[in-house]
Amino acid sequence: MKRLLRGGRLIDPAQGLDGQFDVLIEDGRVARIDRDIAVNGQPDLDVVEVPADCVVCPGFIDMHVHLREPGFEHKETIATGTAAAVAGGFTAVACMPNTNPINDNASVTKYILEKAAQAGLARVYPIAAVSVESRGEQLAEIGELRAAGCVAISDDGRPVATAQLMRRALEYSSMFGMPVVDHCEDRSLAGEGVAHEGYHASLLGLRGIPAAAEEVMVDRDIVLAGLTGGAFHVAHMSVRGSLRAVRAGKARGVRVTCEVTPHHFILDDERLASPVSYDTNCKMNPPLRETADRDAMLEGLRDGSIDAIASDHAPHHYDEKKVEFDRAPFGIVGLETAVPLSLDRLVHTGVVGLGRLVELLSTNPASILGVPGGTLRRGSPADVTIIAPDLPVTVDASKFRSRSRNTPFDGWRLRGGVAATIVGGVTMWVNESAGFHL
Amino acid sequence: MAMAPDLIVVRHSASGACDFLARICRAGIINAGDGTHEHPTQALLDAFTIREHKGRLDRLKVAIVGDLLHSRVLRSNVQLLTKLGADVWVSGPPTMMPPGIERLGVKATTSVDAAVDQADVIMMLRIQLERMEGAFFPSFREYFTVFGLTTERVARAKPDVIIMHPGPMNRGVEIASEVADGPYSVILEQVSNGVAVRMATLYLLAGGAEA
Repeated sequence: MKRLLRGGRLIDPAQGLDGQFDVLIEDGRVARIDRDIAVNGQPDLDVVEVPADCVVCPGFIDMHVHLREPGFEHKETIATGTAAAVAGGFTAVACMPNTNPINDNASVTKYILEKAAQAGLARVYPIAAVSVESRGEQLAEIGELRAAGCVAISDDGRPVATAQLMRRALEYSSMFGMPVVDHCEDRSLAGEGVAHEGYHASLLGLRGIPAAAEEVMVDRDIVLAGLTGGAFHVAHMSVRGSLRAVRAGKARGVRVTCEVTPHHFILDDERLASPVSYDTNCKMNPPLRETADRDAMLEGLRDGSIDAIASDHAPHHYDEKKVEFDRAPFGIVGLETAVPLSLDRLVHTGVVGLGRLVELLSTNPASILGVPGGTLRRGSPADVTIIAPDLPVTVDASKFRSRSRNTPFDGWRLRGGVAATIVGGVTMWVNESAGFHL
Repeated sequence: MAMAPDLIVVRHSASGACDFLARICRAGIINAGDGTHEHPTQALLDAFTIREHKGRLDRLKVAIVGDLLHSRVLRSNVQLLTKLGADVWVSGPPTMMPPGIERLGVKATTSVDAAVDQADVIMMLRIQLERMEGAFFPSFREYFTVFGLTTERVARAKPDVIIMHPGPMNRGVEIASEVADGPYSVILEQVSNGVAVRMATLYLLAGGAEA
């Protein structure tokens, strides 16, 4: 099967391309990128006219999602989660291992991949547990997990429990080329905290999680990455001290990368009080931080010290969220809002250009995880995200493909959206309001 | 909801439980203490008690001393007393000082002597046993030495100072018995006033008219 994406602007930072290019797709792979590829004499060629105001990008990869299956299918399944992914412009997702059972052995990995293949929407790259049952004691069988298809290791939801385990994980996983993704949080400092320790938590009587709980763990892990030469990736970075540590680590050659979520570069802890107080859709871990931290995340995105945008898509059933703030689980959904929020709050505000946004959403996640994609170079999988940077979008949680609706962005009017999502040359999602027909 | 009560009086362990209930329920909600957030009727009865003795709140120096971090009495009193013009000082160990508390318009100090100096009102807060396990302070003995309200400390305040406590008290921890039972103490009056203030709250919120 052959398809041609004709017209529109193409951005592929991995090849240094930004301009008017056509993309020829054959057998699910990129066959050619060129100006004005001729179509005559090819009756079997499916020509897709890309509107002039749309931008063709290598498929976006959300490197931090929770698909909840197996174990928590009332929150999300692999089918609904990948449907949300393609509707949000993501051709691939990396899913965290904190399912039930935990993805600490190859049979769980195979189950996930089988379900993903059945769904046939976005690519799914499982992230394996660092330790057996993520208990922080014994290393999981990382070699076998790698062979089964896992691309990284993490005890996400929890930090890698001890410095010694982190050291061993960095050393051991390096032989498989897998980064260690750490949820950086010193549990003894975070205690039973539910919100950022600061003025707003004080006023509302909410137990605080200090910024230092994240920062000391990022520091620990950077030191250990330096010691071992292993690759350490900071999950959902939220405080300015962590960013400072990452910059310093990179400057001295440590293999450290980091991601930030849209909610941490858009919202701050004032949201705990208004417009709705104690909104459980503003409860996540790490918590919404103070304004200076939020601004530091924007600066890190701008200056290149932050490598990736990830949603930390964390679906929860509404019964679970419709409770007292203390009792609600942490997390919000993000797959279907990440791209519009990034376009509106990063591109249209001038924080980053479209090229840099594609690096954050595609090029860098692919390179950190060592997965195919992240570029439309000849021979790459034909995973393509077509965005409409000026499309007016109103977030409507009731229309989410995700099984859950726990978002603080419901009703937000944004500029910029996803026009179409193509995985392996096959159109998985089209936004008809973008004036797009495939 | 189906029983359609006019009022629900809520005391709850989670901060914000009353806000949550008020959003989903049509009854009037009276907050009788939610987590470490607020205890509005305690603040009302405290303000009432102070006014009974001093005739006013404006420009009075009020020192609130103790576990500031976990106290809903503190949060409600700070809002009400500052609104009524009092000069509110708060004091407690740095481990139990809520970050950013100065932004509520109070003076925060770890020196209890500075807080009670020339005070018109001293309000002591209860210290809970489990705070010691959380390493907020080393021992009750040490807490009493550094923060306990003794007759010596009371002597730093104005000669007509009143001593308050929302109860229940830990004698010999945050307050010496001599002070709790002494001539400046209005602690039992607070309890009596609490009944009147809560009756008034129920009456007014249930639709009663002001006399």
